[in-house]
Amino acid sequence: MLDATKPSLPFTPGVGYKAQHFNDIMKDAGPVGWLEIHAENYMGMGGRPLAQLRHLSEKFPFSVHGVGLSIGGEGRLDADHLARLKTLCDWLNPASFSEHLAWSTHESAFLNDLLPLPYTAATVKRVADHIDEVQSTLGRQMLLENPSSYLAFAESDMSETDFLAEIVARTGCGLLLDVNNVFVSATNLGYSPQGYIDAYPLDVVREIHLGGHDEDEDETGAPLLIDSHGAEVVDPVWALLDYTLSKSGPKPLLIEWDTDVPEWAVLVEETKRADAALSVLV
Amino acid sequence: MITTQTDFRTALLDPSSPAPNGVQNPDGVPATKRFDVYRNNVAVSLTDALETAFPVVNKLVGTDFFRAMAGVYLRAHPPTSPVMMFYGDEMPDFLAGFGPAQSVPYLPDVARLELAMRHSYHAEDASPIEPDALAKIAPDTLPNVTFTFAPTVHLIPSNYPLHSIWWANTHGGDIAKAAQPTLITRPEFDPSVDPLTPEQTAVLAALIDGTPLGAALQIGGAGFDLGPLLGLLLSRNALISINT
Repeated sequence: MLDATKPSLPFTPGVGYKAQHFNDIMKDAGPVGWLEIHAENYMGMGGRPLAQLRHLSEKFPFSVHGVGLSIGGEGRLDADHLARLKTLCDWLNPASFSEHLAWSTHESAFLNDLLPLPYTAATVKRVADHIDEVQSTLGRQMLLENPSSYLAFAESDMSETDFLAEIVARTGCGLLLDVNNVFVSATNLGYSPQGYIDAYPLDVVREIHLGGHDEDEDETGAPLLIDSHGAEVVDPVWALLDYTLSKSGPKPLLIEWDTDVPEWAVLVEETKRADAALSVLV
Repeated sequence: MITTQTDFRTALLDPSSPAPNGVQNPDGVPATKRFDVYRNNVAVSLTDALETAFPVVNKLVGTDFFRAMAGVYLRAHPPTSPVMMFYGDEMPDFLAGFGPAQSVPYLPDVARLELAMRHSYHAEDASPIEPDALAKIAPDTLPNVTFTFAPTVHLIPSNYPLHSIWWANTHGGDIAKAAQPTLITRPEFDPSVDPLTPEQTAVLAALIDGTPLGAALQIGGAGFDLGPLLGLLLSRNALISINT
């Protein structure tokens, strides 16, 4: 499934692209070596969004990151949406396509959030079947991202890392490791984030995400971290990145900042920190 | 205990419903506030999307009213596609039937205008005709020509001074007295919003429907001057071919 003729993401920092940063990026991208877009924001027919992509794609490798395919949905994948993804990927020829281990559509209602899944044999089969369909339709390998979890399912009988390893074994997909999501889920569900990384199939990681989260607590006073993509990456997550990279070797690193998006200079500072985390490996 | 996505979705969209069975914290205690994170993400993200999509509607009714109204809308009309750029297509009809909004009778037209601006923004690129293209047509064939309009063009009929309502709430100024149907175009990347007279609207609607120029002009009535409308369409890159 992995096609060696397709471009791949460089082992440098990238950022989640926001339209307001177009001029800054074209002028001076700093250490940023690649860009990621949310696929669904580029499914119009023309105008500024696609014109910007045309310009940027002459300078940067792209990652197309889907947020709406509902890979974990109980129903069939949305064929229209999969066709739109294929149109976008065929046009942009990104270095990578990724989606989430989550569901968001049920009985035609799209809920605009990444909703959680129980980890069971039945979910493995459903997710693997959907990934097979995505990879055969797009004609490329996809990467699957681990979620931020706020709760657990009584019916789950596998760990998330075992679940992901089983999906990889069945489908040949790659993985997008979000270390902020690992930190958020581990804190919320009471396990060790380093232990998660130890059990995670790092050999098939083709991209790493970093982002900010909010802090709250549940009704029992237990910590409840909420994945917001609206702040700087916190020190424990940088430490978890260092721990991960020390085991995995260099990977393409993405700074995600989707709400309360700051000025370009603030993102550049974050990417410099990511660049430093990579440079100590060499 | 199995938690189906039907159970999960029902509880997500109904704030008075308890969390679904089978979701819990790490100690096995049924999740309440933890489930509310998802419930909140759904309601807030959809409300935010509507607020972004309808800034002038929001300004006209005030944010508290808008967000309460959005809460009703998003439960009646959750998105049916992950392509959120067009979420809110049912808003004009929803507002027309929404009791608490009846004191602002032009809200549906404002919502229609804001929707059209977003559709125009994302519409397919098309090359406009040259400004002198019409001058190159033989005069005796002019009445028979039809026009192809760019996919960025939207005509919003209105019995209210729609353009000045929109303009006053985005740029300032007074609200006109007369009806102002409104034309949405996209000269390059940003939509333009221009007022039309009712006569220009009738002629333009006919032209958009493919009516030949001569017959369309009849609709404008005696003394209708095509010049200002044609000048506007040309300067806004609204015409992409003349068909003889």
